[in-house]
Amino acid sequence: MVLPPLAFSILFLAAWQAYCVVFDISDAALPTPVEVGQALWDQRQLLLDNTWVTVQEILLGLLCAIVVGVTLGALIRGSRMIERAVYPWLVVSQLVPIPAIAPIFVIWFGFDLRPKILVVALVSFFPIVVNTVDGLKAVEPELINLMRTLGASRRRIFLSAQLPAALPFIFSGVRIAAAFSVIGAVFGEWVGASEGLGYLILTLNNQTATDEVFAVVVVLAAIGIGLFALISLIERIVLPWYHRPRVDAAP
Amino acid sequence: MTGSPKLATEGLGKTFPGPDGSPESEVCALTGVDLVVGGGEFVSLVGPSGCGKSTLFNCVAGLARPSSGRILIDGREPERLLGLVGYMPQRDLLMPWRTVLDNCTLGLEMSGVRRREARARAREALPRFGLDGFEDRWPASLSGGMRQRAALLRTFLAGRDVMLLDEPFGALDALTRSGMQAWLLEVWESDRKTILFVTHDVEEAVLLSDRVYVMSGRPGRMDMCVEIDLPRPRALGTTTTPRFTELKARILAPLQTAALAQAGLPE
Repeated sequence: MVLPPLAFSILFLAAWQAYCVVFDISDAALPTPVEVGQALWDQRQLLLDNTWVTVQEILLGLLCAIVVGVTLGALIRGSRMIERAVYPWLVVSQLVPIPAIAPIFVIWFGFDLRPKILVVALVSFFPIVVNTVDGLKAVEPELINLMRTLGASRRRIFLSAQLPAALPFIFSGVRIAAAFSVIGAVFGEWVGASEGLGYLILTLNNQTATDEVFAVVVVLAAIGIGLFALISLIERIVLPWYHRPRVDAAP
Repeated sequence: MTGSPKLATEGLGKTFPGPDGSPESEVCALTGVDLVVGGGEFVSLVGPSGCGKSTLFNCVAGLARPSSGRILIDGREPERLLGLVGYMPQRDLLMPWRTVLDNCTLGLEMSGVRRREARARAREALPRFGLDGFEDRWPASLSGGMRQRAALLRTFLAGRDVMLLDEPFGALDALTRSGMQAWLLEVWESDRKTILFVTHDVEEAVLLSDRVYVMSGRPGRMDMCVEIDLPRPRALGTTTTPRFTELKARILAPLQTAALAQAGLPE
């Protein structure tokens, strides 16, 4: 199970190394994997110190995005009026460029964690809202009818049928949001930060320490992968029925 | 039958508005349907597709409001039909996120019965429905026949006196279907619930029922009611007796005529 990605990664790294050596690429433009690995090791303390801040921004921002996103999704699904009123604003929220809005957050909240968390939440919540709404729509109307004939109240129908049916969709949305959240944290830090991996990229770029910049990118990628793995793990626990393979049972 | 029938419809009609809302584009799904089901009776409805069987069920279950006529339960017109009648739709609609056991307890839960007690009652009934040992499985791992039995158990456990079964065996293959028919006969014999059963399979209707209503469609209406005087308890072997064949022919005749007419062929 680990073999294909491992094999592909080794192949990729070997090709990268060969390309840099054979074509004598300057290490300011494209460092070799060996040089990046060296930088990762040499700067491990610096990287570690700045990783925790960025991880906090990502996790807290994602959490906000999930809470706001699912709630908003449920409200939109529950009322046509709310849907029509809110949806255009949702789309607008995604069109405002982060470099324009992040400084405003910094003005409001200063240089602490909060503006970055807000930026992460802003870029992450939209896919969660959309997927929540779609997930809630995915319940079969016949099932809802069946529950009505069993005398179920609207609340019961929501909790017992609509929400569980929507969960796989919500998890999909959270996965997409996770990808955006890492980028969001970096952008948030670029606008006003004194620590963090995004901040590191800026300072290292100014020093043309390209191999160290790549090292930061590797750490960010690892965070992204780690997030994905965490979400999949949680999904496996929360939705044990979702991955069950079909088993033939004797009638 | 003494006293009022368990379930009755009088002049039931249902019209759906057309796409442009004009009176001309209205679709009449049901018209003047009179139906009577006595307590403990097994009554079938047969008819071609589009004859309004599902609309009739939706009205009786309280999911649709009739345009005309009335529906009587125990001789009275209830204020709210929804929840009075047990309803098993064509598809089993088992929730994939619940185990078989928790799917069966759905009706009890919605009625306010506590989880533990509901599970206990379901567990008791599992062997009779051939689901013993499958209570903790996910529905996705069950065969079609088992899923229908689970759906039927859910309907039985919901505890309504009247049950509407909408082509429960329609999606099963012929062999499984025969087995399920024999099994349903046995299960019903012990409980004698009042059942209104929709099927397009005339043999199935004659085998299972006390009476068969024959419907024709567009707009849906009752054409005739045939009394099935075959002795009970019935067995699969009944299907080859001469009386069975006679009754089956009587019911099939108008249906076949209608089918030929619809296909544009001479009778």
